[in-house]
Amino acid sequence: MTAPGGIGPAVKPAVKPFPNPVRTDFDRIRTEGRVYVNIGPSHPATHGTVQIIAELDGERVVRTDVHPGYLHRGFEKECESHTWHNLIPYVDRLNYVSALINDFAYCEAVEKLMGVEITPRCRYLRTLLSEYSRIIDHITCIAAGVMEIGAMTAFLYLMTIRDYMYEHLANLTGARVTYSYGRIGGLAADLPEGWLARLEELLVQQEEFVGRVHGLMDRNRIFIDRMRDVGVISTADAINWGFTGPILRSTGAARDLRKDTPYLAYADLDFDVPVGIKGDNYDRYYVRMREIDESVYMIRQCVDALPGGPINVDDRRCVLPPKSLVYTEIESLINHFKLIMDGPEVPVGDVYSAHEASNGELGFYLVSTGKGIPHKVHVRSPSFVHIGGVHLMLDGGQLADIIPTFGSVNMIGGECDR
Amino acid sequence: MADSVFDLVQAQLAPSIGQASVAHGVLVLELPAAELAGVVGRLKAEFRFDMFLDVTAVDWPGQDPRFEVVYHFYSTQHHVRVRLKTRVAEADPTVDTLVPLYGSARYMERECHEMYGIVFRGNADLRPALLYEGFVGHPLRKDYPKLQEQPLVEYRK
Amino acid sequence: MAQTPIPIPIVPAERPSQAFEYLCTKKDELVGWVRKFSLFPYPFVTACCAMEFMSVSSTIYDTDRFGAALPRFTPRQSDLLMVVGTVTHKQAPVLLKVYEQMCEPKWVMAFGVCATSGGFYQNYAAVQGIDKIIPVDIYVPGCPPRPEMVIDAIMRLQDKIARSQHIILTKDF
Repeated sequence: MTAPGGIGPAVKPAVKPFPNPVRTDFDRIRTEGRVYVNIGPSHPATHGTVQIIAELDGERVVRTDVHPGYLHRGFEKECESHTWHNLIPYVDRLNYVSALINDFAYCEAVEKLMGVEITPRCRYLRTLLSEYSRIIDHITCIAAGVMEIGAMTAFLYLMTIRDYMYEHLANLTGARVTYSYGRIGGLAADLPEGWLARLEELLVQQEEFVGRVHGLMDRNRIFIDRMRDVGVISTADAINWGFTGPILRSTGAARDLRKDTPYLAYADLDFDVPVGIKGDNYDRYYVRMREIDESVYMIRQCVDALPGGPINVDDRRCVLPPKSLVYTEIESLINHFKLIMDGPEVPVGDVYSAHEASNGELGFYLVSTGKGIPHKVHVRSPSFVHIGGVHLMLDGGQLADIIPTFGSVNMIGGECDR
Repeated sequence: MADSVFDLVQAQLAPSIGQASVAHGVLVLELPAAELAGVVGRLKAEFRFDMFLDVTAVDWPGQDPRFEVVYHFYSTQHHVRVRLKTRVAEADPTVDTLVPLYGSARYMERECHEMYGIVFRGNADLRPALLYEGFVGHPLRKDYPKLQEQPLVEYRK
Repeated sequence: MAQTPIPIPIVPAERPSQAFEYLCTKKDELVGWVRKFSLFPYPFVTACCAMEFMSVSSTIYDTDRFGAALPRFTPRQSDLLMVVGTVTHKQAPVLLKVYEQMCEPKWVMAFGVCATSGGFYQNYAAVQGIDKIIPVDIYVPGCPPRPEMVIDAIMRLQDKIARSQHIILTKDF
């Protein structure tokens, strides 16, 4: 074929077809008159990378096939070749939005296996920082969720307060997003000067920012129309399909590991467990907003009750000796050397330890053969299990409801795919 | 309260299970693979272990049977957890599926299958969940080298 | 009936006049200035670096000051592919497809160490650097990089765009 005028056609070589990394049932079962839409792994509104292949009848979603795994980074395989200490940065990057909770859940699992009891100050600090991370996670989830249905202002408000919190945590841990702050037997460092004062300032400021979002969204006609009765799931379905965390609580079941099986300092704190009524998107949004308030209340109680004392337990099996001793005594030097090079020697056995992360039950199943390197580390990630059941919320709805529903599930790619 | 539930479970299930112990607050039952579906059904129906938390496998390369399939269940009413362990051999790594009992089993069994090669008899959908089509091998087995990549796209020069 | 096509060759002048060279340089500067201040990023977001990407495009560290504010979530309309986060082998065909769907001129920013070199994930699953798959113009290390580093990277990329040649008409166009 030629174009008049004489400029020659650019003959392109045949493009090699791109390999398809997933296979769906839909290839076999194709119904006439249905449209198959790929809401692909690179999409502005699928938090992280997940592929949803939806079979549509007009605008109504008949079936969805959800494909996680685009962020599978081989965490469990990495774990089998690093020492127990060296895994803490990897563990951080599981649920990267609330990284401290992962740190502490992992450290507690190893401490259980070693039989190490952390100091009271460390317990309260870990509780405080877990709740702080939970606030950040809920802020991020809500911000991204409402941005996707069009509320840019709420997103920018929440990002601003989140940035102040990141700077505050960077003052404590050295990093903004992935902290690597937990240590087996304690924490990396104690609180710097003025940290608690700034914390109180930030909590007051976040009430203002989150209050603005409440004012913009809670009784907003458009928001309610888009989120009420959308993505409904019942309590029985939720439990059967393994949902935990805010999703289960939004269906009305007051299940929270912090109340049911208290760990860290939660037994000493006074807090409520917010529940929803219908299990729809609006309830999940509101449960998260209320959980932010409860977390702020818990943080204030922790600050008031924070005991003094050392951060790290004085146990040479897992805690590095102080540098002054390392440079002067030979035993401390060797201890330090062995802990770094070979890792702490964790007794033979296996343990499953679960924390209430911001998405639900985050469990670590550790198998040790007595060496400084784990035999196996398995993460029971709430997001992965939720992905297995999210089709219950998507099927039967509208195409445009896939985005807010999926946003309210808060699937974090690092946690889901590990 | 946890102890009473554990004692109850142990007493009722004692004939069919191999061993029972309590490790770090979790009741651990070790049983042969054939008993699995029955015991899980009883745990769900009689003892209200209504949430299926996790299934994974542990690879013990020198031992026979090689794989240990580990299940975790949680009871939202009693607030206790139970761990079930069963051993399967490398030659026939098959266990029964829990999909008829718990919906969450679908994706978790897919992941366990692709990582270790455990075949869940009765689960029709064992496509790779975290890995991709065309990936050969089971990466979390101890004999899969960590650095062996299987790229889907040709590298540039 | 097909005619044999007659390509019109574009032959550079034998001895380009200094005025011609001067005009070309000025044209490049103008086009460079225009292009560098109107970058449309395509945030190919995968992992933890997304948090810093959200921060850098929000109010405190604003990319809107540099013209790189509006993300275009379709590769056809964007010119800066920001690969934010780890790219795994499962994701690699998707990345290549998105890159090839973008029109010239296009630039690629490898945001974070995972995109630069695989990060600390040295195993079967992660691509050890996206420059194995697509050409990269600027690498931003950091795990995740601070927003100031990202802004520095955007500014350096803008310098690179300003310095480069912008060929508007080619033989095939």
